[in-house]
Amino acid sequence: MIAGSPPRRKTPAAICLIGLALGFLCIFLLLPLLTVFVEALSKGLGPFLEALAEPDALSAIRLTLLVAAIAVPLNVAFGLAASWAIAKFDFPGRSVLVTFIDLPFSVSPVVAGLVYILLFGMNGLLGPVLREYDIQIIFAVPGIVLATVFVTFPFVARELIPLMQEQGRDDEEAALSLGATGFQTFCKVTLPNIRWGLLYGVLLCNARAMGEFGAVSVVSGHLRGLTNTMPLHVEILYNEYNFVAAFAVASLLALLALVTLVVKTALEWRFSYVRQGAGS
Amino acid sequence: MITLESITKRFATFEALKSIDLKVRDGEFLALLGPSGSGKTTLLRIIAGLAFPDAGRVRFEGEDVTHLAVAQRQVGFVFQHYALFKHMTVAENVGFGLSVRPRGQLPGKTEIRKRALELLDLVQLADLGNRYPGQLSGGQRQRVALARALAVEPKLLLLDEPFGALDAKVRKDLRRWLRTLHEQMGLTSIFVTHDQDEALELADRVAVMDHGVIEQVGTPDQIYMHPHSGFVSDFVGDTNSLPVDMVGGTATFHGQSIFTHIGALAEGAARLDFRPHDVTIADDSDGCLPIVVSAAYRKGGVWRVEGQLAGKAAPIEVDIDSGAPRPQPGQRLALKIERAQIFSRQAAA
Amino acid sequence: MASLAAPAAIEGQYLDFRSPLRWRRGRKAKRPRSIIPGFGLTMGFTLAWLSLIVLIPLSLIFLRSAGMGWEAFAQVAFSPRAIAAYRISFGTALAAALVNGVFGLIIAWVFTRYTFPGRRMFDALIDLPFALPTAVAGIALTAIYANNGWLGQYLEPLGITAAYNPIGITIALIFIGLPFIVRSVEPVLIDLNVEVEEAALSLGAQPWQVFAHVIFPAIMPALLTGFALALARGVGEYGSVIFIAGNMPFESEIAPLLIVTQLEQYNYDGATAIALVMLAISFAMLLFINVVQAWSRHRTGA
Repeated sequence: MIAGSPPRRKTPAAICLIGLALGFLCIFLLLPLLTVFVEALSKGLGPFLEALAEPDALSAIRLTLLVAAIAVPLNVAFGLAASWAIAKFDFPGRSVLVTFIDLPFSVSPVVAGLVYILLFGMNGLLGPVLREYDIQIIFAVPGIVLATVFVTFPFVARELIPLMQEQGRDDEEAALSLGATGFQTFCKVTLPNIRWGLLYGVLLCNARAMGEFGAVSVVSGHLRGLTNTMPLHVEILYNEYNFVAAFAVASLLALLALVTLVVKTALEWRFSYVRQGAGS
Repeated sequence: MITLESITKRFATFEALKSIDLKVRDGEFLALLGPSGSGKTTLLRIIAGLAFPDAGRVRFEGEDVTHLAVAQRQVGFVFQHYALFKHMTVAENVGFGLSVRPRGQLPGKTEIRKRALELLDLVQLADLGNRYPGQLSGGQRQRVALARALAVEPKLLLLDEPFGALDAKVRKDLRRWLRTLHEQMGLTSIFVTHDQDEALELADRVAVMDHGVIEQVGTPDQIYMHPHSGFVSDFVGDTNSLPVDMVGGTATFHGQSIFTHIGALAEGAARLDFRPHDVTIADDSDGCLPIVVSAAYRKGGVWRVEGQLAGKAAPIEVDIDSGAPRPQPGQRLALKIERAQIFSRQAAA
Repeated sequence: MASLAAPAAIEGQYLDFRSPLRWRRGRKAKRPRSIIPGFGLTMGFTLAWLSLIVLIPLSLIFLRSAGMGWEAFAQVAFSPRAIAAYRISFGTALAAALVNGVFGLIIAWVFTRYTFPGRRMFDALIDLPFALPTAVAGIALTAIYANNGWLGQYLEPLGITAAYNPIGITIALIFIGLPFIVRSVEPVLIDLNVEVEEAALSLGAQPWQVFAHVIFPAIMPALLTGFALALARGVGEYGSVIFIAGNMPFESEIAPLLIVTQLEQYNYDGATAIALVMLAISFAMLLFINVVQAWSRHRTGA
């Protein structure tokens, strides 16, 4: 159990602990993942592909991609700005600002959807104004995008802030002292230093953006073919007892999760590799 | 008395220790000196029971302890980076060894605290008992680590690079203080260091290690004045090495005899080592080593002179009484070597 | 830096002579003393975006609750059905966080201390709940634990019903919360120097004493943080839970679902009141995490 006990052999206690850990992981994580694919293909490949080729499914896929394509770049821009301001300058209230940025993590997704209904809904604060100009936000794509931006808000910033703090200001000051402009410094010095961390943040942000359910469910209105994202489509199919179709769409999302995990692991390996290389 | 008998240890393909034999006398202060990778820390950990040899025996007072784990050996170990428990106060750190004793021997809480404070007094940190390690300076942490190791009343104190992480001034003060403490407590102590000054100043005896073997064991004086091998001569103190030919007991360098060795030694190619201070300036060049001064600067009470030799030999450094005028670059000097060590070429390689 | 500082100081004195008010403004303007540009731009954008997306919308919950009056607020927020929902949400989240606390610690320990075949794959798998959409997790867990499901069919004869009740909710929250514990504890276990354990052993401690006195206290703050994160996430979780929960009022209805139910009846005030209670719970949890971290920083003197 403790390093330094005579041989490096695994003690019975160690084997028990490993078995316990892996057993727990298999039952609670691996099994659900397998279930998705097995259920999706339980009636064979035909019904599986049919479920995906259905017009409502295709429009759900399109909407999900659209929402992620808007929400992720917005959060990248925010994450870069916030981490630059927080990591490169000293100002009072820095830790309060970081806490506020983290706030969406600790708010229930349902509450996240609710706040936009209170703001833009029929009886909401801006409801009458929007109705006058015939702008629809709730139960439409803009509301879905807003709710997604809210729940994925901290992902990129939270990845970049510690990274940029760790890297300090020396590189930027060196570049500026050599005559680079602020923009050049950012593009040629800062960005290459943080690119892997940025990619990591984008990856997690994207996975959550495509998979968000609670917040989007509240603001979407569940209009089939119009405001249904993939997770919402899964719910509808499931509630209609169309299990094969539900799991077929779910398996696409599970595939997305797998890709995310693989790239994430590769990035982590690369991170430690780069760090070790810099250290020696 | 601690006895190591042909201790061998390998890590995968790397042979860290090659059949080490060593005896440490009671009350002795022994240094394990060597460059990094020489196996000195591995040897210390084997003595402690933190690592175990692949072959060989460790005996304490004749008793075989080779397979006893560290907890049963009654040793105090001071780690290189102190390894203090961050979440415990200084006093709790020092008292830890007492508080984990089995039920029958477990002292009361007040007793443990009293003992911890006594030890903190001994290491001159009596006021800091309620601080956390994170609030102390490096030198203070080192002393807490020492007090913690002493709390279990070990027969043997082992220190791994005890001053390695400290800055020069603190290091010097702590060294002197540790020496006094060792004498007061009457302990047997072994410490690992890569710093020759530290080893020569502190230790009763020094074991010089290289590539998993002990090259030489002896008093600091023996090690410095009579190195047994080229490695020891090189590693301990400043040394000049010249490639020479031995002809009838006389060392010749580029055809010129420069030193006469008393004692039997094989003829042929050899290596001659001498310390910078083992030369005097001679008037004539007969039996002397001629050099051309390339630079000279003050080093304490002497001139340290860097000189070029004939041929492709590496430049040498010698010390010349600073009563004489400072040698000028380009000036020629004839050196008479007063003391030297001669090693056969094979051993030096 | 020094050459830049001098004129600014003189200017400050000069302004001070003219008007105390302008002097103060002058001093404030030079506060982010850095040659790096872009503070105004990035800070302005950060604050504006943060306010628009997060702070202003969230503040509506407080405004609207305040507008309701205490009577109306309490009638919804503390109705028997709402209180039952809080109890179920909090109770199941607590149970799941406790299970995860034990197994998460074991998993973190195993992954930082031992090598075994498949270690890398399982390590990547730990993050699955972060990457897998919650609705997918929800239907998969239901398929496993329902009475006719993969595991449920073996549990039923044993008298255990694992879906459509609080046990089902707890299972879903175990899935959601596991990585919070593991990823909080792992870095601390890695940082924990082997030397520290060896030091304890060399002082005569038994292995269990090393764990109880040295390792556990060192990871305690991280474990508490992970526990609170998992708990906070569990209380607010919706997507993975509703499929397996059964959603029976007073029995298996979670608080987020109650908000959705209120919204579907266009009872915005009711939804807002319950949301306020849940926000209060989240903020309390955030505060707890910050206090734990401040305490552990203070304790280690860092």
